[in-house]
Amino acid sequence: MKHERAMERRQFLKGTLGAASLVALAGCDNLTQSGWFPSILNKTEKLTERVQRAVTPTNALAREYGDADISKVFPANGNTDPGTEDYAEHVAKNFSEWTVEVGGLVQTPMSWSLAALKELPSRVQITRHDCVEGWSAISKWTGVPLGDLMHKVQPLPTAKFAVFHCADVDDEGVAYYESMALADCYHPQTLLAYELNGNPLDVPHGAPLRLRFERQLGYKQAKYVMMIELVETLAGIGDGKGGYWEDQGYEWYAGI
Amino acid sequence: MASLIHEGTRIGQGQKNEQVSELAMRSEPFPLEEPPAPDGLTANQGDVSAALPASAPVVERIYRHRLPVRISHWLNVPCLFILIMSGLQIFNAHPALYWGDRSDRDQPLLSIRPMKTESGEMKGITTILGHKFDTTGVLGYSDGSGRAFPAWATVPSARYLAMGRQWHLFFAWLLVINGLFFTAYALISRHVTRDLAPSGKDLRDIGKAVKDHIVLRHPKGDEAKRYNVLQKLAYIGILFVVAPLIVLTGLTMSPTIDTAFPWLLTIFGGRQAARTTHFIACFSFVGFIVIHILQVILTGFFNNIRSMLTGWFVVKHEHEGAGHEA
Repeated sequence: MKHERAMERRQFLKGTLGAASLVALAGCDNLTQSGWFPSILNKTEKLTERVQRAVTPTNALAREYGDADISKVFPANGNTDPGTEDYAEHVAKNFSEWTVEVGGLVQTPMSWSLAALKELPSRVQITRHDCVEGWSAISKWTGVPLGDLMHKVQPLPTAKFAVFHCADVDDEGVAYYESMALADCYHPQTLLAYELNGNPLDVPHGAPLRLRFERQLGYKQAKYVMMIELVETLAGIGDGKGGYWEDQGYEWYAGI
Repeated sequence: MASLIHEGTRIGQGQKNEQVSELAMRSEPFPLEEPPAPDGLTANQGDVSAALPASAPVVERIYRHRLPVRISHWLNVPCLFILIMSGLQIFNAHPALYWGDRSDRDQPLLSIRPMKTESGEMKGITTILGHKFDTTGVLGYSDGSGRAFPAWATVPSARYLAMGRQWHLFFAWLLVINGLFFTAYALISRHVTRDLAPSGKDLRDIGKAVKDHIVLRHPKGDEAKRYNVLQKLAYIGILFVVAPLIVLTGLTMSPTIDTAFPWLLTIFGGRQAARTTHFIACFSFVGFIVIHILQVILTGFFNNIRSMLTGWFVVKHEHEGAGHEA
């Protein structure tokens, strides 16, 4: 009798726990697909950004490693070849006609050929690339500090973001772009990089020019950079979230 | 008759009054017409009717968990479940763990991947320190798709890294805020020193406590009013070792935090090592939760749940000295 009751109780508990977890899981999936819930979850992005910026000194450097720490293989993620005719021509000409334009809300819009960029003072850094997926790779980057270019074009006081327009388009023809706060452009390790481990950037890694933004995740490191546009707001560019991956639900602030 | 154990006298004899545990702060006989407000602080001891027959078990109600502890406890439930399951979703995006700063894909400590056998069949293979295990159906390959952790273990259930991160970071904030609130309360109210810190006697008798647990002999009577030593060590370990560890290793995975506090990389042995430790700490939580729920069920499910909902916990005294048997 007593045993039976205990059995019943156990069945009841098992049933309840099982049902509760199924309902909870289905609930989570429903919330994920709803319009309102992700926007609540997303509130923490601003909180994270504020707190991280408050505790991080403006020019605090990402750890720099030694030659021995360099990864044997640096995985290439995202688009590994822009695949357009234009780009193929640039590859054929060894990027001799590639230029990068810096414009938008600046006093003097300027553009540089790849050769002209390489004439400018460069910085070499061995840093860690942290992918949003979880992996990390260490490599040596050579490039022009983006802050140097900013000093030359002189952003207007209204400029808040730098938008990177890139040569790659995805399978559906959506152009890749990325953006960062203007203040972050002046970080000493923020580079327009043209060399990886001492060799010119190859196509999978963003030839001929890519962004290195060492304090944020890999998806912010735009490849195949053609144009940098300074803007006041990200609205009206792409889907308005500030980047190709951001338009697909990833956070604009990718410090964690 | 003498079968009645009166809380006030028992505690008064046993220990100094100011050291009365929060767990047994207030007690009264059961049944009671109207329960007093649970978060009052005054001792409220009723009279046990002396007319009860000697053989009847005496049921005593004690006010076991104060309101801030209860709120904090129940906030942890959705936080931990969602953090664990969204964490597994994030893990699935790169289902391998490493030591050091970088991830050398040819030498993971652990990897969980789908593989095609020679006959073309799909299998889930979990590799731990070079040893391969077939975990088809659960890890690596489940329900016809190649994924490290199965759909029933992840939030969202489908592969969706962006949303997994959003869930994870939102509930991470909630857990940290809740943890800071609880820690502040537990220190100020002396919940830590009175109820959680094991005493010298506790530690000396740890062998007996281990034996009792192995044979599932649980404390009864007065002994059930306080946490036993293994329970105390489990709570202290989770609260003050595993929880800070999981937060700090989580932060070490942030490239921005690494520039602000580079020593995090040093103490955890690199970003990938921190990721591995984060994963181990996660499964320490899973182990804790499994044992915790099991103990809640084994030691009186409804009584335990009631005490964590209302604060009131029932202790049965089978006969005189019930608390000292076993």
